[in-house]
Amino acid sequence: MKFSWNNYDPGRFYDELISTPGHARAAGRSVAKHIRSLSMEEIRARQRAAELAVKTMGITFTVYHEGTNIDRAWPYDIIPRTIAGRDWDRVEAGLVQRLTALNLFIDDLYNRQHILRDGVVPRELILQSSNFRSACVGMRPRHGVWAHICGSDLIRDSEGTFYVLEDNLRVPSGVSYMLENRQVTKRVFPELFAAIDMRPIGEYTSHLFATLVSLSPRPHDRPEVVVLTPGIYNSAYFEHSYLAQQMGAQLVEGNDLFVDTDDCVYMRTIAGPARVDVIYRRIDDMFLDPEVFNRESVLGVRGLMRAWLNGKVALANAPGAGVADDKAVYTYVPAMIRYYLDQDAILPNVETYRCADAASLPHVLQNLDQLVVKPVNESGGYGMLMGPSASASERRDFATRLRANPRNYVAQPLIALSTSPTVCPHGIEPRHLDLRPFVLQGARHYVTPGGLTRVALTKGSFVVNSSQGGGSKDTWIVDSV
Amino acid sequence: MNMLSRVAERVYWLGRYIERVENTARLVSVYGNVLLDLPRPARLVWESLVAITGNGAEFVERYARADERNVVKFYLADRSNSASVMSSVVAARENARTVREIVPASMWEGINDLHIYLQDHVDSGLVRRGRDAFLNHVIQSCQFIVGCLAGTMSRDASYQFLRAGRYLERADMTSRIVDVGTANVFPWLTRMRENGVAADGDDPYEGILWMSVLRSLNALQMYRRVVPEHVRAERVVTFLVQDEGFPRAIAHCLQAVRSCLSQLPRNALAMQTAEEALAQVQAADVGALLQHGLFEFIDAMQIEFNALHAVIRTTWFLPEAAPA
Repeated sequence: MKFSWNNYDPGRFYDELISTPGHARAAGRSVAKHIRSLSMEEIRARQRAAELAVKTMGITFTVYHEGTNIDRAWPYDIIPRTIAGRDWDRVEAGLVQRLTALNLFIDDLYNRQHILRDGVVPRELILQSSNFRSACVGMRPRHGVWAHICGSDLIRDSEGTFYVLEDNLRVPSGVSYMLENRQVTKRVFPELFAAIDMRPIGEYTSHLFATLVSLSPRPHDRPEVVVLTPGIYNSAYFEHSYLAQQMGAQLVEGNDLFVDTDDCVYMRTIAGPARVDVIYRRIDDMFLDPEVFNRESVLGVRGLMRAWLNGKVALANAPGAGVADDKAVYTYVPAMIRYYLDQDAILPNVETYRCADAASLPHVLQNLDQLVVKPVNESGGYGMLMGPSASASERRDFATRLRANPRNYVAQPLIALSTSPTVCPHGIEPRHLDLRPFVLQGARHYVTPGGLTRVALTKGSFVVNSSQGGGSKDTWIVDSV
Repeated sequence: MNMLSRVAERVYWLGRYIERVENTARLVSVYGNVLLDLPRPARLVWESLVAITGNGAEFVERYARADERNVVKFYLADRSNSASVMSSVVAARENARTVREIVPASMWEGINDLHIYLQDHVDSGLVRRGRDAFLNHVIQSCQFIVGCLAGTMSRDASYQFLRAGRYLERADMTSRIVDVGTANVFPWLTRMRENGVAADGDDPYEGILWMSVLRSLNALQMYRRVVPEHVRAERVVTFLVQDEGFPRAIAHCLQAVRSCLSQLPRNALAMQTAEEALAQVQAADVGALLQHGLFEFIDAMQIEFNALHAVIRTTWFLPEAAPA
């Protein structure tokens, strides 16, 4: 018996593939048609083949607090998520606009601070931020760009409107999974590719390399670009290795590098020391340089900040860029876009209450059962409260924490995230998802067509983080004819 | 492209571990087979396997009896034996995982597949009925992995380190297998000789013993082509120690290591050490050593291999406490 979409009902949510039972949206028509040419048995066989491919290809991620199990197979769902090309063009323009403004903002903060002087962003918000690095004041990185690689999390509400949920400007991860998901789909669903034209994503690493090269302090043919990883036990190690491999760059750990008396950075090679021009660092600011930040750090490189401040090496993203991905600063992004670019934001923010505002805090406390409360500078879904699904005692505990340190939290209404058909134990069912596109900015911009789609595999759940049991899907930007 | 010292070290160990997996699988395979050819006191044969790899102490610590079941488990599945197939595959995979950007993707997939296979099938290797298929799969996987390297990896410094690690490991294993020929590794043979079952000089089991040694190295066929006579100790040992054409012979392995080192920067000391080891192997009078001193000679060779490893480490690898 072939699978039928007639019994698939997304209910009150916006489903990316099926608008009403039995009817597919234009961009997903070929995908829906192909799925219904298969039986559930065949669909499950494809899902198993995909899981085997993921294992063989060694696509893994790491979960903390799991004792000896350091890497796990990457969870992947075979039914691709489709987005119409014309919808995407708007998202892309919105992301370029947003990152342009964010970089102008960071550069301004570490130099003349016009935006603070003009009172558009409150000065104390920045000065109290644990992500503001006084060591970076006065620095002018090339092109005026601090956040070269950004991963912004987007969601769609029940109308299908895209919103920005947060910006990740420090060391965003996930792009390798986006690329590998496409490879897995090619292995298990090759026939789909014959019927559909989706925008290619495979050029990301070339663009990333070009972006990094454009930062080199020494203009010459082939600057030495390295990827700095905390090492094999980091949750994103797979990605660090993957990106280095795809770019033909060295993957280095802290003790592979040293800063010499000439303030230049060198790596230890079998032929002796070799100068490094650009470091794509996947280590948090605080561990970069024990001379300046965390003195206990063994992951970083002593003297690295000195080398960077003297213009002897480029760091991507620049230290201090994280000041703009604080979730409280996020609420000012539309204002920044107006301030620096004199434009309205193309992509809206999700309505957000800053608990630091005296006017907002009582409202948040009274409506905890309807809000999602997040710490301003955590990622990976750690330390947040999902009000509607939390117990009364969890909410009470959280309220205590909130009152003690309101600056540390923001609250958002629970958005009814869009869904997409997902292979589940009892058949194909709607599951909620988000999207993380990646934006590059160096001498020019690049936005990945699509991005990494993360799926909450548990029925009704809105938590998509892979560290919390989320899965993923290949994402197709489809131009209909 | 520059090569990091840390990467050189991991690639070198990757080469060693892959080779160790294959060698250990071969050893167990041949012992299973030779058992069927030899007379009854078989459990002593399993005991001798532990002696060859030089980790008898570890074995005795964990197992009460050196019977087939325990010895095979010790070599195939025991994670606490650092030389077991399982431990070596895990170690190879960990090293490969840290140098994925260096080695061909197909090689990484090969190692990964072998790792998955082992997790699912190692139990079938513990019982006689499934052992052959299991060991063959492991050996073939190793050869696939090495084939990926030969076919798709640029002959750059990382290739040389991988290959140097592989050949040094192999030279070491061959020297251990040659050791099998000495009476103290096969006490049952001595005992039978003493009991007059087999008189010296006319030993009905000498041929079987050395043939099994050759088989364990996949060397019997090549040996036959070079030595057209009875399988006898002196010829076999000469072949396995001094032959320059057979890829598992010690002289061949050392020549391969030397050729790898010759293509690396700052190699003067390492080259000199390799030359010395090779010269010592080539100069050996195997006939005389078999009468007296083979054991000491093999010991001396293993010290040379360790010295070669040490000089590779100090010349090219990351200093142990590199200032952060």
